[in-house]
Amino acid sequence: MGIRRRLAEKFVPDRVRSRMNRIGIELGPMGVDPFGFEPTVAKYAATPMEQLYRRYFRVIADGIENVPEGRVLLVSNHSGQLPFDGMMIGAALFFDRDPPRYVRSMIEKWIPRLPYISVLMARIGQIVGTPDNCRRLLNNEEAILVFPEGARGISKTFDKRYKLERFGTGFMRLALETNTPIVPVAVVGAEEQAPALYDAKSIAKFLGMPAFPITPFFPLLGPAGLLPLPTRYRIYFGEPLKFQGNGDEDDDVIQKQIDQVKSSINSMLNRGLRERDGVFR
Amino acid sequence: MTERDTILTTGAAGRLGRLVVQMLHRKYRIIAVDRRPVRGLPKDVTHIRSDLRRRALDDVFRSQNIKAVVHLGLVHNPRANDDDYRFNVLGTQKLLDLTSKYEVDKFVMLSSANIYGPHPDNSLFLKEDDPLLGAQSFPGIRDLVAVDRIVQSFFYRQPNVETVMLRPVHIVGPRVKNAPSNYLRLERPWVISGFDPMVQLIHEEDVVRAMLLALNPGIKGVFNVVGPGEAPLSKVLKILERKTISVPGLIAWPMLERLFRFKMTSFPTPEIRHIQFNCIVDGALARNVMKFEPRYGLIETIRSVRGFED
Repeated sequence: MGIRRRLAEKFVPDRVRSRMNRIGIELGPMGVDPFGFEPTVAKYAATPMEQLYRRYFRVIADGIENVPEGRVLLVSNHSGQLPFDGMMIGAALFFDRDPPRYVRSMIEKWIPRLPYISVLMARIGQIVGTPDNCRRLLNNEEAILVFPEGARGISKTFDKRYKLERFGTGFMRLALETNTPIVPVAVVGAEEQAPALYDAKSIAKFLGMPAFPITPFFPLLGPAGLLPLPTRYRIYFGEPLKFQGNGDEDDDVIQKQIDQVKSSINSMLNRGLRERDGVFR
Repeated sequence: MTERDTILTTGAAGRLGRLVVQMLHRKYRIIAVDRRPVRGLPKDVTHIRSDLRRRALDDVFRSQNIKAVVHLGLVHNPRANDDDYRFNVLGTQKLLDLTSKYEVDKFVMLSSANIYGPHPDNSLFLKEDDPLLGAQSFPGIRDLVAVDRIVQSFFYRQPNVETVMLRPVHIVGPRVKNAPSNYLRLERPWVISGFDPMVQLIHEEDVVRAMLLALNPGIKGVFNVVGPGEAPLSKVLKILERKTISVPGLIAWPMLERLFRFKMTSFPTPEIRHIQFNCIVDGALARNVMKFEPRYGLIETIRSVRGFED
């Protein structure tokens, strides 16, 4: 083992290592799963993630026992310009659930084009969000996080905070087809981490990005302005919802089922907003 | 197909072709058609030295009671010329015409999983009905895509012939010399900075075993043929103890293009995509229908490129 590796090992606490050993994902002969997930690499990423989870966002996770064993789709609201909400949901299931679960989330299709980031994402278990990939993981009894609002949700401006955008229908069809329970998740606190005052659509288009938020700190402070405010996160996991069907139903049937998921997320969001008495507390 | 039935094979002069013939001739009578001279074939194999597009092929079909055709005689030439294209497409077409004319029971074709093409948007585990986008970024393999399509349409037009198309992942082994195995044999291979795709390899003998299974009565259709699993490219190179040279993509593309143009390398530039993006296929159909299981493990398969000496 090289010096760099030995130093890096020192920074990984034993609790991270022992949790990583208990996630129950099957690996190939080289310690990598078929999608490129490698727990020995992911544990390095998990260590700073724990600091973010416990110290920075001081996450309160509620109802984590609602996340069952076996295949499950976690469906959450999406906010905050940068996907810290996804990381924190993953951290909650990894650090606060017993036994820990390692969440796979669906990443944008253009990420595999990026050098380094593509490899990092693969090694920490993130998958390009195609229906086939999702189906395969669910059939392997894994936990998958989806944000059906997608870019519409994460890049919305501050005046639309805690208002759910339109949900895509793909997740519901997949859940029906693979007979997967849906656990609704509500994240409170991420909206305020980077309050976007304006979405500069023309700049976004020019840069080929889904949105270009103007916040009080970005782009004013340059890259440092990307740092989220240390708001306190509250993450609520609702009871698993099981829907009947085969995934080939008409859109209006699917839409009714999606509305149930949405209303569950909405009521948890309202509860979270009631329960907190300050963005940072 | 029963023992000692006659099989016509193409491409027996190639390295994989010779292996196929060596394994088939224990069970069947083999007629090997290849326009190249053939060395080291078993004594009981008849070699007919002819271009597939020539009349000699008709005579073979007319005079011999051929029960199956095993077609692996496609030219995989990195410096493909027009005649290679015509050879692959017209040769295959001719074989198919004769197969239906002389009511041959079985047509087995060796295609490749490369024709799906490595692409950043790919789902991992492409299935047999996923689109064949390989030629989009690598025009050099457009004939392989065309041939695959011709055979697929034959499959539907001629239901009496059991047509099997095998699309194996990168074939490696002590004998074969193709782009993936040559790459893995490099002492100091290039890798693209910041990219480390998952790769799938299959041992040459496992491919031949899949072809033997494809000859079984009742087997027909298109099958991805997958070896013992997936591994990141970096780990594969580590097992081979290669010292890699990390080249940023922006430099690698123009550099390799020039090296290739001046004939200093045999790797066509678009092959870079294979060490940059995923092209991983799902082998479930071959496993379930053909009962194919690779015999070589992942590490054995990787090490096999070093040849027989170790």
